[in-house]
Amino acid sequence: MELHDVWFVLIAVLWTGYFFLEGFDFGVGVLTKLLARNRPEKRVLINTIGPVWDGNEVWLLSAGGATFAAFPEWYATLFSGFYLPLLLILVCLIVRGVAFEYRAKRPEENWQRNWETAIFWTSLIPAFLWGVAFGNIVRGVKIDQDFNYAGGVLDLLNPYALLGGLVTLALFTFHGTVFVGLKTVGEIRERARKLALRVGSVTALLALTFLAWTQSDRGDGATLVAVAVAVVSLVVAMVAARAGREGWAFALSGLTIVATVAMLFLTLFPNVMPSTLNPDWSLTVTNASSSPYTLKIMTWCAAVATPIVMLYQGWTYWVFRKRIGTQHIAETVH
Amino acid sequence: MDLALAPETLARWQFGITTVYHFLFVPLTISLAALTAGLQTAWVRTEKEKYLQATKFWGKLFLINIAMGVVTGIVQEFQFGMNWSDYSRFVGDVFGAPLAFEALIAFFFESTFIGLWIFGWDKLPKKIHLACIWMVSIGTILSAYFILAANSWMQHPVGYRINEAKGRAELTDFWLVLTQNTALAQVFHTLTAAFLTGGAFMVGIAAFHLVRKKHVPVMKTSLRLGLVTVVVGGLLTAVSGDVLGKIMYQQQPMKMAAAEALWDGEKPAPFSVFAIGDVDKGHNEVAIEIPGLLSFLAKDDFTSYVPGINDVNKAEQEKYGPGDYRPNIPVAYWGFRWMIGFGMTSFAIGLAGLWLTRKKFLLPQHLRVGEDEVPHLVLLPKKALGPTLTKWYWRIAILTLGFPLIASSWGWIFTEMGRQPWVVYGVLQTRHAVSPGVSQAEVITSMVVFTTLYAILAVVEVKLLVKYVKAGPPELTEADLNPPTKIGGDTRDADKPMAFSY
Repeated sequence: MELHDVWFVLIAVLWTGYFFLEGFDFGVGVLTKLLARNRPEKRVLINTIGPVWDGNEVWLLSAGGATFAAFPEWYATLFSGFYLPLLLILVCLIVRGVAFEYRAKRPEENWQRNWETAIFWTSLIPAFLWGVAFGNIVRGVKIDQDFNYAGGVLDLLNPYALLGGLVTLALFTFHGTVFVGLKTVGEIRERARKLALRVGSVTALLALTFLAWTQSDRGDGATLVAVAVAVVSLVVAMVAARAGREGWAFALSGLTIVATVAMLFLTLFPNVMPSTLNPDWSLTVTNASSSPYTLKIMTWCAAVATPIVMLYQGWTYWVFRKRIGTQHIAETVH
Repeated sequence: MDLALAPETLARWQFGITTVYHFLFVPLTISLAALTAGLQTAWVRTEKEKYLQATKFWGKLFLINIAMGVVTGIVQEFQFGMNWSDYSRFVGDVFGAPLAFEALIAFFFESTFIGLWIFGWDKLPKKIHLACIWMVSIGTILSAYFILAANSWMQHPVGYRINEAKGRAELTDFWLVLTQNTALAQVFHTLTAAFLTGGAFMVGIAAFHLVRKKHVPVMKTSLRLGLVTVVVGGLLTAVSGDVLGKIMYQQQPMKMAAAEALWDGEKPAPFSVFAIGDVDKGHNEVAIEIPGLLSFLAKDDFTSYVPGINDVNKAEQEKYGPGDYRPNIPVAYWGFRWMIGFGMTSFAIGLAGLWLTRKKFLLPQHLRVGEDEVPHLVLLPKKALGPTLTKWYWRIAILTLGFPLIASSWGWIFTEMGRQPWVVYGVLQTRHAVSPGVSQAEVITSMVVFTTLYAILAVVEVKLLVKYVKAGPPELTEADLNPPTKIGGDTRDADKPMAFSY
């Protein structure tokens, strides 16, 4: 296994970390309309991710930065090619971050309602668009001989990629529902458990279609295993959520995300962005990667930093392990 | 194509707008993190309530500010790929590594521990909670270090070779990239300027309250802390600026010649106080100069030869081929002056304030004041300033909170525009760095979207800051004064509301 293969795996790990963690953050954002019945409940939902959303989002910046360093060509083609969808994602992430921090800083109801609406949409849109983006990466896009994206924005909105978007949206919402079941007390927890079954069923249907489509087009034995893990863990997660085994349900919905991302990266390898115009113009782990020296330095950095990050982020979750309900939210403005 | 709408021009405007905007929040974040941490340390050590009140007050303003810094920073991570894909392809092997280090080491640190600090008041024992804000502070400084190392490589590329076959720069010595003198000087200069900025911010807001005789004990402490920070930060900014300037005379003589509108080399070279030049003809029409000073700034003596714009342009033409290697001279010239002018004005106001508000030194007994009284402004050893002068000093002190922000914005505009037409000095020109596949319409769309969004958020942010500045430090509660003794907080009352919630 050469270093650029290692880095292919590490980029997959960073994206997996991102989708695992910000996945439930996005889901919680969507649930502010889907699950919460009143504004105190919305606040409970927002506060389940309050202390951690910012740290979770850094997984995206790390995936971006590491792609720049390890696969500059991939970084350049992807972000210049998917220009407008990425712009929309960035706008959402900007508004969303500000919404979390500023929402409770004024008492006016209008002010708070507007930020709550913002949290819903800015969670839903990226949750959908990341799936569209990865659908297109896996399916391949029009890349010319200079590695530049030669298609238009409408080419990105093909049925396969749009289905991919629905899958991530549904999957993250499911993941968020299970997370809320794990982090809350009282009535909201009960409702989250019930909702998990409904959201889970929709997710299962969408995910099965998408994964079967991917498998039949470009799958092999290894990807089939990943598909099986994804589907089985999703179903068991639903059962566990229903049975009130919330810890298990969360671990398994997380495993569904891990297996799905793994499946996509497995079908991709050794490409990183296939060209639909000419296979010779595809970006691969070889022609898109940095020099061995840079990859070596990056490997050391990732090998030391990532486990430490996981330790202190894990510690954060332990510090804020207590379940919360409406009674824990003070009626004050900060 | 109309030059004003060339892809390069648009992409540069967008980078300028998003980056200068982002950098309004960066120096405040760096300095306020450390200053808040310092105040909280004073609370933990002395248990004086005014320190906790100050921690909460400045901590709140810090949080309002860092929220904007974080979200505008996301754009920075991705816009190299969006608008500058040829740049990314060419330099990614070198430039990507410090960016990835920044994310993996600094961003995770900052973002994780800030969550712990915000929500941790009733979840963490005092000292662990204090450690969290220090972690945030360390994160901000590490972040500055890595990104400035990356920028320094654009100013003065080292530790790389050009791979002709792949058409890109490749890293050969990462340690050199991290430790070259350009990087160290830029880090030194940026961090000291950040503390000047945060200090001035504190001075301005403390003055606002003191002149109204409100929240005196907390604001008096804040004023003194701010003044000391401004003076130390300002002095070190000047020293580091001088060091960086001398390095730039070696590495980018064009930038410094442009900063002085020095068209033709002179020995000894004068420092320009004021100039109106004619860029097409390559000379100044009006110039007020201090003889010999530029030689000193560049080379540490009053007689050395300093090359001019026309000389460097000719030398670069011989080295790199035909072309115009001059940056925008008026922007470089005035940017340099606004940077120094605004920065040093703030320093002077701070120095004056430190003397005027001294507590005991050369201060007769009757002019000394108690804990909860506004200090007299005492210029001469025995006599306080009159009411008019006192009022004016406080007014100017309030205004100074904006000066270093103006200074650092112009500092970046100067250093980045002064490097043009190069994006990586001597290696890659800016016009070869843009994304060839991105259409004009796309760049215009994103520029309009970001500019509008940033303008709206600026209004929201400033209004929020004003609200919390006016509100002053919060009253302390029982919970504030009795922090938990174990991690996770007290478990006796399961339904107790959280100390902080979104």
